[in-house]
Amino acid sequence: MKTKNIMIVGVGGQGSLLASKTLGRLLMDQGYDVKVSEVHGMSQRGGSVVTYVRYGDKVYSPVIDKGEADYIISFELLEAARWTEYLREGGQIIVNTQQIDPMPVITGAASYPTDLVTKMSESNHKVDAFDALSLANEAGSSKAVNIVLLGRFSKYFDISDEAWNTALEACVPAKFLELNKRAFALGKSL
Amino acid sequence: MSKTLLLGNQAVARGLYEAGCTVASSYPGTPSTEITEFAAKYDEIACEWAPNEKVAMEAAFGASLAGKRSFCAMKHVGMNVAADPLFTISYTGVNAGMVIVVADDPGMHSSQNEQDSRHYAAAAKVPMLEPSDSDECLNFVKAAYEISERFDTPVILKTCTRVAHSQSLVELSDRVEPAMKAYEKTPSKYIMMPGFAKKRHPIVEERTAALTEFAETSSLNRVEMGGKGMGIITSSTCYQYVKEVFGDSVSVLKLGMVHPLPVRLIQDFAAQVDRLVVVEELDDIIETHCRKLGLNVEGKSLFPLLGEFSQNMIAEILGAEAPKGHALQEELPVRPPVMCAGCPHRGMFYTLSKNKITVIGDIGCYTLGAQAPLCAMDATICMGASISGLHGFNKARGEESESKTVAVIGDSTFMHSGMTGLVNVAYNATNSTVIILDNSITGMTGHQQNPTTGYNIKGDPAAKVDLEALCRALGIQRVRVVDPYDLAACEAAVKEELAANEPSVIISRRPCVLLKSVKANPPLSINADRCKSCKRCMKLGCPAISMKDGKACVDPTLCVGCNVCTQLCAFDAFESTAK
Repeated sequence: MKTKNIMIVGVGGQGSLLASKTLGRLLMDQGYDVKVSEVHGMSQRGGSVVTYVRYGDKVYSPVIDKGEADYIISFELLEAARWTEYLREGGQIIVNTQQIDPMPVITGAASYPTDLVTKMSESNHKVDAFDALSLANEAGSSKAVNIVLLGRFSKYFDISDEAWNTALEACVPAKFLELNKRAFALGKSL
Repeated sequence: MSKTLLLGNQAVARGLYEAGCTVASSYPGTPSTEITEFAAKYDEIACEWAPNEKVAMEAAFGASLAGKRSFCAMKHVGMNVAADPLFTISYTGVNAGMVIVVADDPGMHSSQNEQDSRHYAAAAKVPMLEPSDSDECLNFVKAAYEISERFDTPVILKTCTRVAHSQSLVELSDRVEPAMKAYEKTPSKYIMMPGFAKKRHPIVEERTAALTEFAETSSLNRVEMGGKGMGIITSSTCYQYVKEVFGDSVSVLKLGMVHPLPVRLIQDFAAQVDRLVVVEELDDIIETHCRKLGLNVEGKSLFPLLGEFSQNMIAEILGAEAPKGHALQEELPVRPPVMCAGCPHRGMFYTLSKNKITVIGDIGCYTLGAQAPLCAMDATICMGASISGLHGFNKARGEESESKTVAVIGDSTFMHSGMTGLVNVAYNATNSTVIILDNSITGMTGHQQNPTTGYNIKGDPAAKVDLEALCRALGIQRVRVVDPYDLAACEAAVKEELAANEPSVIISRRPCVLLKSVKANPPLSINADRCKSCKRCMKLGCPAISMKDGKACVDPTLCVGCNVCTQLCAFDAFESTAK
């Protein structure tokens, strides 16, 4: 099987590490070779962050390059637009429509771009945009955006709920497990 | 045992456990930090955060001398600090095995430069292994201990961001428990004064020759013959990119040991291929070695000397097909890292910015004070350079700068290498003003304890350095503590200490807002009728505050109610949402 590529992008602090850990665990349990590349350190402080998840029979590079991603899961609208170039022809974007102003927008040096969902759709990419923040709040915490997005992403994937549950149980701290299972179900039900 | 998905750093820690490592001493530094954090989860390994990398390496040497396998980890710039012991431990060799991890950061994800640590292996004449994924991280640690004990040398394991911070599958084994080696007093081996050191140097040269011979046949270096049109010599993550692009269509010499480099193995490989290319990130070390062997090789004539490589870059440069994506035809605003909402450093940086103070900075989260709109930093070089740099700045410019220039340094950085600079301020007498930004944790690397926090790496209570008493003991009589959430107090402290006729230390103290022990206040909200759109609050550069429809607006998911903005607002527009 050709290596498949999933990018998880967002703003530092949004919980992308938990999402990639869960995804890595899920794919390992399915018997794939898996590589997950993360970002730690300074760029985590509210900066643009990207995590690469690759799986297949044999995975070499830990990173995904331009034009390679099958899926981009984005925690934030502008970040989805920023990484669009990494999507392959006909690839799928799953994006939380939440907007978080970057510092140049906050200071007034730049403005937050408009109509990003439309613009992303124009370049032969499939875009699934929805408000994951509201669903996360409904599940019980704004921090559960990451798992809401995984729930939504699971619809594109032929992997059983049971396998997803096992991965969640292995990766999410016990006291937040029920909340995150609700978040996953809400994301999936959409 | 079964396979599991481990971060490179976690796999190194597992390797330490399985190899029977007993003592690990490190200083945090991205991308090496998690090794020692994961190692600390094993009760069999006595782990610690040392005040700096030099102390860590010396502690690891002491443990090796005593007869137990030991370890230390650092980022590439940490090796500069630890270089002093490294060069001489090369001469003494070890008793039990000693392994050092140095983690490079090509692309500078979280670093102030992108130096290539392989130079240290050559300069200190110490063997260096370079894993390319997590499984190799684990197994190379074990190999490193064997080499260390067999060849009587410390061994460096070099990683990089993509190896350290990528997860891949690893097969686990049980721990071996090597017996404690006897410690015998051996002055000619362990006391490096000239008479003894002169006798050790030839042993080091013989050892390098023996290690070169070892490299010829070691399974750490591997030839993967494929198409013979092109032969690529590579290592680390570049090996993965090369395989990703070419699979078996080219031949690959994968080097797991990057110092010393083999001779015959490379010559034989070169002889079998039409075109010889070296793919290595940063400097041209393997390529230069090939040239010394008289080989016709391409390397840096094709590839850059800086930044990270990737599969597309290698494909394009070596004439293979690379996919192309479609970028959005739109200028997108950048999203640089920022100081968090509620960061205790913000109040002090606002004060420095407002008063147009020249700021000699240091290494940590607070380096972000350099960014707009605060722009409250003039120079940042390395750990500890703020205080010593300020001293020199004031020596050169005298009273004129002493009254308007400060150093800022974090609590952990002050412990690391700020103290000696402060001694110099007192001893060689400049009227310098030093601000210790004490957020009670090592922040940037992800919350490690340090000697000022009162806890050790396991979170257990530990001796706590009294910063005020320490500064006084180092010769500074004027030491005062200020709460950076109190802007009036910050301003008074900065103005008074800059005006004072003697050197002073201001300890700007408040714990990092991300610490679990710090309880956030309810978020603030804006009374839109009161907001006069003056944008004074925007000067803080707080990510929780933005302008929406001409009025200030607070993001309740980010705001922690620190009330620094409240103190700036002349119209009382910020209101608490506390019930």
